[in-house]
Amino acid sequence: MADKVLMKGNEAIAEAAIQAGCRHYFGYPITPQTEIAAYMAKRMPKIGGTFLQAESEIAAINMVYGVSAAGKRVMTSSSSPGISLKSEGLSYLAGADLPALVVNAQRGGPGLGGIQPSQSDYFQATRGGGHGDYHMIVLAPSSVQEMADLTIKGFELADQYRMTAMILADGTIGQMMEPVSFDFEVKEQVEKPWATTGTKMQRKHNVVNSLYLNPEQLEEMNNERYRKYDVIKENEALCEEYLTEDADIIIAAFGIAARVSKNAVNKARENGIKVGLLRPITLWPFPEKVFAKHAKHVREMISVELSMGQMIEDVRLAVNCSVPVSLCYRVGGMIPTPDQVYSAIVEANARGGK
Amino acid sequence: MIVFDKPKALADVPFHYCPGCTHGIVHRLVAEAIDELGIEGKTVGIAPVGCSVMAYDYFNCDMIEAAHGRAPAVATGVKRSDPDNLIVFTYQGDGDLASIGTAETVHAAARNENITIIFINNAIYGMTGGQMAPTSLPGQVTQTSPYGRDVKLCGYPVKVCEMLSELEGPEYLERVTVNSVANVRKAKKAIKKAFQNQIEGKGFSLVEVISSCPTNWGMTPKEALKWIDDNMVPYYPLGVYKDRSAGIGPAVKKEAE
Amino acid sequence: MTKEYLFAGFGGQGLLFSGKVLAYKGLIEDKNVSWLPSYGPEMRGGTANCSVILSDDPVGAPIVLNPDVLVAMNLPSLDKYENAVKKGGIILVDSSLIERKVQRTDVDVYYVPATRLADANGTGKLANMILMGKLLDVLGDYNEETVNKALAKCISARHADMLEFNRKAMEIGKNYSENE
Repeated sequence: MADKVLMKGNEAIAEAAIQAGCRHYFGYPITPQTEIAAYMAKRMPKIGGTFLQAESEIAAINMVYGVSAAGKRVMTSSSSPGISLKSEGLSYLAGADLPALVVNAQRGGPGLGGIQPSQSDYFQATRGGGHGDYHMIVLAPSSVQEMADLTIKGFELADQYRMTAMILADGTIGQMMEPVSFDFEVKEQVEKPWATTGTKMQRKHNVVNSLYLNPEQLEEMNNERYRKYDVIKENEALCEEYLTEDADIIIAAFGIAARVSKNAVNKARENGIKVGLLRPITLWPFPEKVFAKHAKHVREMISVELSMGQMIEDVRLAVNCSVPVSLCYRVGGMIPTPDQVYSAIVEANARGGK
Repeated sequence: MIVFDKPKALADVPFHYCPGCTHGIVHRLVAEAIDELGIEGKTVGIAPVGCSVMAYDYFNCDMIEAAHGRAPAVATGVKRSDPDNLIVFTYQGDGDLASIGTAETVHAAARNENITIIFINNAIYGMTGGQMAPTSLPGQVTQTSPYGRDVKLCGYPVKVCEMLSELEGPEYLERVTVNSVANVRKAKKAIKKAFQNQIEGKGFSLVEVISSCPTNWGMTPKEALKWIDDNMVPYYPLGVYKDRSAGIGPAVKKEAE
Repeated sequence: MTKEYLFAGFGGQGLLFSGKVLAYKGLIEDKNVSWLPSYGPEMRGGTANCSVILSDDPVGAPIVLNPDVLVAMNLPSLDKYENAVKKGGIILVDSSLIERKVQRTDVDVYYVPATRLADANGTGKLANMILMGKLLDVLGDYNEETVNKALAKCISARHADMLEFNRKAMEIGKNYSENE
């Protein structure tokens, strides 16, 4: 335990970002993620970094766009309503193929909604959020340690593929404290010859742009981007498997929902029900292959979500509707209890599937 | 032999601007300033959304195309990525800077962000075909004010230099125009000063250039230049609205009191 | 083994802090731990609570719904959570702030006039830590060395006087007997 400290999930993200070499943070206050800004405000001036409280989420994401264009690691964070405001910038980052790390500590919606935890921005995150054909790499931590680990991974993937990586967390994981270790290796940052760092009169000018008035050219830009997405789908999908090998029933859940579900799975196992858990760590790319593999031996899957049923659509697509997929959910800032999930397991077991 | 060369910072490509449009003149003045200050290799320009959206093709320095109105925020990011080595300017129109990007403009000014802004005010949305702008004059006929801008319905024009001059933040605000040789010379001086200020670390410098849009004003280029004198300049008086280093401006006076 | 704790009371009573000390104690003892506060406007003077779980296994859901231990520092908290406590669990009551008795008969109840003791002993607002001292004593888990280590993790070295105050408050709680 020597090197472990107790830290809030939000603070773990901030510290990990600094360790990943991020020296620029821009944000706007919103509950429940403000600890990230507070941490950055304290630390950045001491390490020669920049913390700037922007006038809006829109300005913050565009400041991110500027730093990213100039080739440096940069991040912003917000919560659901703020991410909606940032969505314009997310689309432009995608269109200009710029890397960035964006954190969404989700709260209940729509509209101003509430400030308690939610997972109802799943569609927004996994489908891109803004206008146009694009994706972000979406990482879903379910512990404080993963908040840190996936922040590092997010920066690395963002740079490697020149796109935005989003940490899709929620109020609970952001606010809770758990032991966390920062004992990880950070890979050397990749070269960014495309960055607008000044020509130094030694090369042709670099242009960071998402405008293509020629439709053929714009089509090719989109096709090229989607070829990149194919590579990511092939190589970067991550999923935790828990007691799935002999399972008759499988729970699909991410983030806080997965932690609740694990309690329920353990209880069901104690009572002789063969149930397992698949916890997608990447929501985009969705770990389709793992789901397809287990679809062959399970009778039913249950998607446990803090939404009206969003990830369930990806589960159904992944199993190609070959097994029934049911939904167990709470919304509005409510969290399913282990007992609620357990009841869903018992009911699914009684139905007997196919 | 005196040869009228293109400035080195200006790319050798044909511009897409309409005949008689003053964007070309202002582009040239910006490029001349960059050349004369010897900063092309460390300059990053931010293009807006509007007629000058493709300015990224027209300057030889590194260029970024920003979302509509967000150029000052993007410039803030770029400048802060390497404040000691980069010179950053935005080039924005009136819809971009004074309507959709008002917040970004005001707050970059309030922070005295060490950037240079070239603001083209031609009182109309050019690229989308001549709609009412935040700076369209009272009574001005546009596609979306077909009976003339009715101030009871859609309010009054935004006077950017006057508004920003009330802030303590910005270093330098000047309004110029380019409808005569003499005015072009004055505009050049202001633009160069706006870059020089950044080099010296003085902070936020904005030059508002009263410009013409013959196409959407429905005039010949010559008529348009005269319309600037007759209608635009009386409403938008030329001059220095703030120059902290020279002790000019209302916010400067307040500080001194 | 897993033990779930719920600290509940008003915002400003130091509930989150005592939860943190407990969590650090668990961490020092090599347990899996989680600490989860309620958050938002309700923290401004309304009811606040803090879930802490110490376990030999990885912690699942961090939200404590049915605590093994409830530390209640105001009446609304006792009203709200009394019936949620597990059978055979423990309820600690700050009896200087809560006049009524616990109705349950299937739990162990300890009444500690923590706020009054804190005032009387010059430890200011540290009723929370007096209750913590009592709690660890009741659990047979008051190890002075780990307690001091945990406190040192939660209080910066610049505030050595505060550390001493907290330690003293915990001792008062440990030594308090209801027969006094």
